[in-house]
Amino acid sequence: MYKYDTYDQAMVDARVEEFRDQVRRRIDGHITEDQFKPLRLMNGLYLQLHAYMLRVAVPYGTLSGAQMHALGDIADKYDRGYGHFTTRQNIQYNWIKLDEAPDILADLAKVEMHAIQTSGNCIRNTSSDQYAGAAADEVTDPRPYAELIRQWSTFHPEFCYLPRKFKIAVIASETDRAAMRLHDIGVQIVRGENGELGAAFYVGGGMGRTPMIAPLIKQFVPLDQFITYAEACLRVYNRHGRRDNKYKARIKILVHELGKEEYTRQVEAEFAQLLSQNIEPPLAELERIKAQFADPAFATDLSDQLDRSDPDFALWVDNNCVTHKTPGYIAVTISLKPIGGIPGDASADQMRLMAALAAQYSFDELRVTHAQNIVLAHVRKDQLYALWQALDEAGLGTANLDLVGDIIACPGLDYCSLANARSIPVAQKIGQRLAAKEQEIGELKLKISGCINACGHHHAGHIGILGVDRKGTENYQLLLGGCEGADTSLGQITGPGFDEDGIVDAVEKATELYLSTREGGERFLDTYRRIGMAPFKEALYG
Amino acid sequence: MAEVQFRFRDDEAVGDPGVTVDSFGAQSNAAAVRLEPGDEARDLLPHLARLRLIEINFPSFGDGRGYTAARVLREAGYTGELRAVGDVLVDQIGFMRRCGFDAFAPEVPLDPVDAQAALDRFADVYQPAADGRVPIWAKRHPEVQGG
Repeated sequence: MYKYDTYDQAMVDARVEEFRDQVRRRIDGHITEDQFKPLRLMNGLYLQLHAYMLRVAVPYGTLSGAQMHALGDIADKYDRGYGHFTTRQNIQYNWIKLDEAPDILADLAKVEMHAIQTSGNCIRNTSSDQYAGAAADEVTDPRPYAELIRQWSTFHPEFCYLPRKFKIAVIASETDRAAMRLHDIGVQIVRGENGELGAAFYVGGGMGRTPMIAPLIKQFVPLDQFITYAEACLRVYNRHGRRDNKYKARIKILVHELGKEEYTRQVEAEFAQLLSQNIEPPLAELERIKAQFADPAFATDLSDQLDRSDPDFALWVDNNCVTHKTPGYIAVTISLKPIGGIPGDASADQMRLMAALAAQYSFDELRVTHAQNIVLAHVRKDQLYALWQALDEAGLGTANLDLVGDIIACPGLDYCSLANARSIPVAQKIGQRLAAKEQEIGELKLKISGCINACGHHHAGHIGILGVDRKGTENYQLLLGGCEGADTSLGQITGPGFDEDGIVDAVEKATELYLSTREGGERFLDTYRRIGMAPFKEALYG
Repeated sequence: MAEVQFRFRDDEAVGDPGVTVDSFGAQSNAAAVRLEPGDEARDLLPHLARLRLIEINFPSFGDGRGYTAARVLREAGYTGELRAVGDVLVDQIGFMRRCGFDAFAPEVPLDPVDAQAALDRFADVYQPAADGRVPIWAKRHPEVQGG
């Protein structure tokens, strides 16, 4: 994985001192809260309902054992002994004191981490495929391109006061595991006609109150023009994105209002202009980064067999492990969704244990997934049982990847000052209600947002739940048929909303209809797509 | 009108305030113009040779269109004074310098010590912009021509 050189380290060290100075000026009263707000946001520091929240960047979701260990230590030292992994593949701490925030950044800098641009109207942390480097279907590891974007976008002088936040995802396989087309820019690294690598650009996707699937605006950008093209996309947005209404300020609205053709025309004109400015890093820089993502030293003479005699282990393997490109290895997802737990939360002890297990079993590397779980990407099959035993003992052996208990949920009204309704208790109740049936139900991605901003990705859930405020009480709308990935679709609202217990009943009814109606190997989503909304409405409201 | 607090040029400052883009079109002899966030910087490109001062107004610090306007003008070869006016804050001037501004007339004067610290903060930069600073990737690869 990527290692800082002296330039990268100097950059985060200087940032720590800058933020320390900004906090001092705020506490001294030299700057107002209005002036401080964008500064602290660009360091990931939010003022929430009860305390400050700090969001730490995990670039493209990849971190080392030492970094994960440090995250656990920070949870103990500055928070209440736990942290929350997010849908941006980052981690958030919910109980932070303003005057300690600079010290946390200093602790992070010691392990090559930071909170730069994890919030604010700037280019955010770039997300990627959690199986990068392990997936059999990728044309290349997408993370070097994400690292190139990380460096280009860090303190980009033109793009730190954009109309709104800006999120980029990079993938390199046909199977999209990063919800790429629901990003402001989605990049897919592809092979061109002569086998050379290049980048397909999708621009203008997003969730929020106006969900949109990003259209393809450029089929193939050569790698020696990659950053230049991204800069052109951003410049057109910074110049013409709406600033009169924050709900219409994302790039998806600009692309929608201009139309894909006109937006693309403007980008191409800007691109032509920028090509003369020599802003593209040389390919040698991409090669330097790529060398750091080279495959670890996989053993070549391993057996591809697994001893499945322990039924609990076999169930976990079937649910939580996926094929690795190298025989004898397997990619493992550690579920952070125990039945009745808080989705994405991990204790400091669990983080340190995962760090140690990564060092022992997976070349000292972990990934955070956008579904709020942790991946050990390169585990030897002959060591898998020992790994599972260690995880299971620590409460990390839940066998529910992509099942109904593997719920994505935002922090909701328990923490967030923007929320209209609580998400966590709803996730806990649904998880408990359907736990006994989840293996029978099979793949069912359930996603909960506590407000229309859609941090819980409810539009993209096979079942989505949106919490709203209805005359002062929490109310939950149900959506069906959303999906991320190559066949991205947006969920449709079933009808009138439900109260907290009612939404749990409604989800159960929807799953019962599915179980009684499914044909062959259909997943919930397939059945919904075949039979449509009407039978579900009948079951829910009839 | 706010005073120019910082100026990073040796030539003599233009005394006249900039006229609006609209009246600039009619006043063929004006040497100073003032751009608002919604104005199109590229409309000025045919007139760059006679312009000695372009003021770019930031009515609110959160409106970042002026950063693009500045870079576009510098990329087109404008060498006169580029002055940031309005809601210009100490934590923005580093970015503004990088986008090509070389004079600042903040509505509320900045603490000069804080301003100097902000401008000196980062020894290196990740990306080229309009200030001629050599990006980190070029320092990593001194062998690459034009890098």
